[in-house]
Amino acid sequence: MDVMPKWAEVVLVPLISLILAAILSALVILAIGEDPVEAVNLMITGALGSTYGWGYTLYYATNFLFTGLAVSVAFHAGLFNIGGEGQAMLGGLGVALACLLIPWPHWTLALIGATLAAGLFGAAWAAIPAFLQAKRGSHIVITTIMFNFIAAGLLNYVLVNLMRPAGSMDPATARFPETVHLPTLHDILGTVGISFSKAAPANVTFLIAVVACVLVWLLLWRTWLGYEIRSYGKSEAAAKYAGISPVAITMIAMLISGALAGMMAINNVMGEAERLVLNAVEGAGFIGIAVALMGRSHPFGVFLAAILFGFLYQGGAELALWTSIPRELIVVIQALVILFTGALDNMVRMPLERLFLMMRRGDA
Amino acid sequence: MDFLTLIQLLDSTVRLATPLLLACLAGLFSERAGIFDIGLEGKMLAAAFFSAAVAALSGSVWVGLLAGIGASVALSLLHGLASITFRGNQLISGVAINFLAAGLTVLIAQDWFSQGGRTPSLMGGARFEPVSLPFAEALSAVPFLGPVYSELISGHSVLVYLAFATVPMTWWLLYRTRFGLRLRAVGENPAAVDTAGVSVIGLRYAAVIICGVLCGIAGAYLSTALQAGFVKDMSAGRGFIALAALIFAKWRPWYALWATLLFGLFGALETRPDVIQSLIGIKVQGQLLAALPYIMTVIILAGFVGKAIPPRAGGEPYVKER
Repeated sequence: MDVMPKWAEVVLVPLISLILAAILSALVILAIGEDPVEAVNLMITGALGSTYGWGYTLYYATNFLFTGLAVSVAFHAGLFNIGGEGQAMLGGLGVALACLLIPWPHWTLALIGATLAAGLFGAAWAAIPAFLQAKRGSHIVITTIMFNFIAAGLLNYVLVNLMRPAGSMDPATARFPETVHLPTLHDILGTVGISFSKAAPANVTFLIAVVACVLVWLLLWRTWLGYEIRSYGKSEAAAKYAGISPVAITMIAMLISGALAGMMAINNVMGEAERLVLNAVEGAGFIGIAVALMGRSHPFGVFLAAILFGFLYQGGAELALWTSIPRELIVVIQALVILFTGALDNMVRMPLERLFLMMRRGDA
Repeated sequence: MDFLTLIQLLDSTVRLATPLLLACLAGLFSERAGIFDIGLEGKMLAAAFFSAAVAALSGSVWVGLLAGIGASVALSLLHGLASITFRGNQLISGVAINFLAAGLTVLIAQDWFSQGGRTPSLMGGARFEPVSLPFAEALSAVPFLGPVYSELISGHSVLVYLAFATVPMTWWLLYRTRFGLRLRAVGENPAAVDTAGVSVIGLRYAAVIICGVLCGIAGAYLSTALQAGFVKDMSAGRGFIALAALIFAKWRPWYALWATLLFGLFGALETRPDVIQSLIGIKVQGQLLAALPYIMTVIILAGFVGKAIPPRAGGEPYVKER
């Protein structure tokens, strides 16, 4: 049945899609009168040329790791969770509540508490669309989109009316206490004598995100539950016949997905801003879609894609700083990646399959 | 609340409902033909930019309108290419189109005008001016009906009247023509349409192009009539509210009119918190009003209050041979 060898499926198809997206991005840069080669050079020096650049690249990558994993887990269950944005917003609320209400003695305990709160809030925000999909058949894509907007309204209300410190005009919470400050990569690497930029926001959360990658891999490919999730995603009818409950799998997959998206908040809210602001997520929930598509929903692929997008984000910020190319270039690249690796997948796949079929006939 | 406030409120309801209505009807054509479209937002945004930009450069709003429609149809064709020709995931394609529009509009705006992602303010012939209906001035003295006619019905841009006229036209096209019957059939059971010897691909492309045209008008309205120029992300979630309205309207044209008017009213009330307070005596949070269309849609989707059943073949690419 498989027309293409596995390596072509896993490496070649995403690579060609990526190259197509890159070519079009280069054309866009040319069209606005800039030099693509110089732009790439600037992005590489800006994002990877210093520990400061790396610190930002890894910080962004941490966000995208969480949201990318979130989208991936849902994809494996055949669900398209477009609500990572809202779930990450609610995760931020969880982190803020945990950090402000509980007097943590040490950052390690605070990190555990905040991670749990973030996961819980994110999962709770995914629970309603999941329940409606499982029990009432409401399309999860539409409900999660709606929940993104409802989350934005809710967060706006909470920040403006409930959590804003008295006398402050800014729709944001108070600063978190000093005890919940997470060690940055500068602090961590400093202990083993490696000097790393002090200004960059990358922090211990990056390591947690890597652990999350491994855990998601274990869950999906080494446990019963993961097997059930994947079989449900491949064929609902077959899974039902095998005694897998669609309601349970839809709920569990979406709860895990929402929790992962919510956990992004320990990076951006607790690790970087150290307070909850209105636009804390900054579209990372949507970038998770691009990351999951590019990473073929495999944790290792998601890891690579998240680093790439972290690089694009930091590189794009540098570009905006040094050239007249606005940051929105990254949004275009992101759109092209989603388009080619997601929607136009068959455009790349069909000719390749034909090619491999021809080669096979040639051998025989 | 006095009579004049009510008229003002309804007047801004009409103005805010117009882009929603056009985008909602756009989505209706696409989804009735079985192509889910969450890219309404992106198409509106692209049209808003290109109509404002071309109107600013050419000085003619009509040329701008054509450019906006062109940009929106181009994105529609991309959606068609991905979801009809290459049988890709329609939802993912929609997401990509939204981002493509969000990024490209700012990028091109910066390149063309260097004003931080906006177009110059439109003036004179580069904007859709309000149209005074005949005798609006003369009849305004007539009690009750006078103000209703001269303030509420008269004095909108031509696109508003076009939007409202699109409702009966859509109804007629969908329910009274052969094309409409086939279009609805292709969203329910494409195999049957194919068996009858009618091109599924052709019908779906036609639906997607109509969707593009309507989204284009909606976007042009935003930047050349409702406001005078394009600013970054100016569609501001309207494409998604239109999507919500479409579900709320159960994919029917007349219901779409009422749904978008209702959501337009929420939008109008958001800017007038004093009116709500005087009306029901309690202060309603603006954030709640902003989220209300989404909350109501989720409730409708949940099927607790009336059930919204989407076209049966929606979201599924049609494969001829099985």
